[in-house]
Amino acid sequence: MTATLTPVKKRSALTKGQLPKWAPYLVLGIALVLGAAILALIGFNALGWGLVSAIIFAIGLVGWSGAVEGSRRAKDKLATCLVVGAFLIALLPLFSVIWTVLVNGLPGLMDPGFLTTSMNGVTGAFDNKTVEEGAPVVGGIFHALIGTLLITVLATIISVPVGLLTAVYLVEYGNDRPLARAITFFVDVMTGIPSIVAGLFAAAFFFAVVGPGTKTGAVAAVALSVLMIPVVVRSSEEMLKIVPNELREAAYALGVRKWRTILKVVIPTAISGIASGVTLAIARVIGETAPILVTAGFATSINYNVFSGWMASLPTFIYTQILNPTSPSNPDPSSQRAWGAALVLIILVMVLNLGARLIARMFAPKTGR
Amino acid sequence: MSKRIDVKDLNVYYGKFLAVEDVNINIEAKSVTAFIGPSGCGKSTFLRTLNRMHEVIPGARVEGEVLLDGDNLYGPGVDPVTVRSQIGMVFQRPNPFPTMSIRDNVLAGVKLNNQKMSKGEADVLVERSLQGANLWNEVKDRLAKPGSGLSGGQQQRLCIARAIAVEPQVILMDEPCSALDPISTLAIEDLINELKDQYTVVIVTHNMQQAARVSNKTAFFNIAGTGKPGRLIEYGDTHTMFSNPTQKATEDYVSGRFG
Repeated sequence: MTATLTPVKKRSALTKGQLPKWAPYLVLGIALVLGAAILALIGFNALGWGLVSAIIFAIGLVGWSGAVEGSRRAKDKLATCLVVGAFLIALLPLFSVIWTVLVNGLPGLMDPGFLTTSMNGVTGAFDNKTVEEGAPVVGGIFHALIGTLLITVLATIISVPVGLLTAVYLVEYGNDRPLARAITFFVDVMTGIPSIVAGLFAAAFFFAVVGPGTKTGAVAAVALSVLMIPVVVRSSEEMLKIVPNELREAAYALGVRKWRTILKVVIPTAISGIASGVTLAIARVIGETAPILVTAGFATSINYNVFSGWMASLPTFIYTQILNPTSPSNPDPSSQRAWGAALVLIILVMVLNLGARLIARMFAPKTGR
Repeated sequence: MSKRIDVKDLNVYYGKFLAVEDVNINIEAKSVTAFIGPSGCGKSTFLRTLNRMHEVIPGARVEGEVLLDGDNLYGPGVDPVTVRSQIGMVFQRPNPFPTMSIRDNVLAGVKLNNQKMSKGEADVLVERSLQGANLWNEVKDRLAKPGSGLSGGQQQRLCIARAIAVEPQVILMDEPCSALDPISTLAIEDLINELKDQYTVVIVTHNMQQAARVSNKTAFFNIAGTGKPGRLIEYGDTHTMFSNPTQKATEDYVSGRFG
């Protein structure tokens, strides 16, 4: 018998009839050049360039693949192009928003004292002076930042116990009883309540109970918790549901009472999901404008007391700065402050989202040997 | 530290569905009793009625009496929590608490009930329980690590350690080896042999060799057809059940000629 020789080949027979790895990059390069050329004929703009190049890229790659690799792989490439395209389209507004807010908001944020002073005593005269004589923009968002934080913290303090206990009832005790079904239904309805209605409810409630014209941070917190509670209930419910029944049974079999099982086994197992759900609920309400306008009013000075007096918040600050500039004849400084506040608000929401991930990781059941 | 169980005329229902019918059985203290039978014949359901765990499922109820050394588990005013603290259970799939360390898993029965225990007492209990479950040598250096990091067989022995840490009278095991490899199974069978010196052990198994190896007495359950209730067909010494059963169905089942 002859000794078996290892055949020396450049390409494996198993990868025959495939496009080389660099094919998509080549097509992309050609598409970009072609796109630029076409756009140059009819007048160049970046959005059109991207769009035309994307279409040329898709047609080119799918066509080439169809010719070399056959129709199954061509369809695969087409699907990949569509998925990536949809992803890019979805990202576009997000990046556009972040970019716009960054560009417009950074100058405001860079002003000394923007984060540490309030609008107390800042009048139109200052803004006129800024525009006419180039004096620095004065005034800041400290009062609004404090208001937003205090109102949101109070709303969280109200919503989390109510929401978590509701979820515990639904999952552990509800058993599909009529009451549980009714609660689920109304929670779903609450999710859809327009935020202004929640604001009106809180305002009307406090007008009736405390007295007409009651506008304080606490009223706003109640309005926000009306929006927050359904989100907390829903996310906690989902998290409690995925705790395996085996763990509950394991605890029962050790002679542990139901409420202790819930408190010490079920909730700790689900805590990471619950915590991140709560953080996302906070992120959801921190940017609410309408309910705060009708419940906490609008203030230009620092107010640390949520139970008395009007209170500013970042969203209402942005709203009033844009709609009623401090100096009606020179709105630019007000607009700069509004963009700065918008940037701070977005950063807050981002930090909250990152916090949610961090919390989820911190509380997650530990693995490892 | 072990009690006998006597069951009289027990019917188990899920809602209106009669799952297990008319069971009479006397389970001796300090012995191993195996329940065998085809899937769906109600042996796990029946096992769970012995420590009132079936009540966790909505709609489940029983008629009849289960006597633990003469005290009816289903008597008026009996708290299922008291019952379960006397009759422990090990489940089919190992289910250590994922949020707790190995040590805390063993102490779970104590800690979850907020009983006060000094660190010294706790250390003694942890070591004794893990020794009892033949797991001490494997985990003594990593008691603070999470229990979910152990292998399947080790996790199951951890669950047994957790069950014996509360010092029950009876230990129920619902197919404790069905998710384990032969070596882990052997470890658990050895453990069951040791446990019977102190506890009354009741084990549900699909593995007839296992029943023959570990049990003193065997009960064979069968079902007449889908939708019909499961019944206790025959109950006797394991040796007799496997060599010379009185019922035709038992003989067919243990010799593998069933169905």
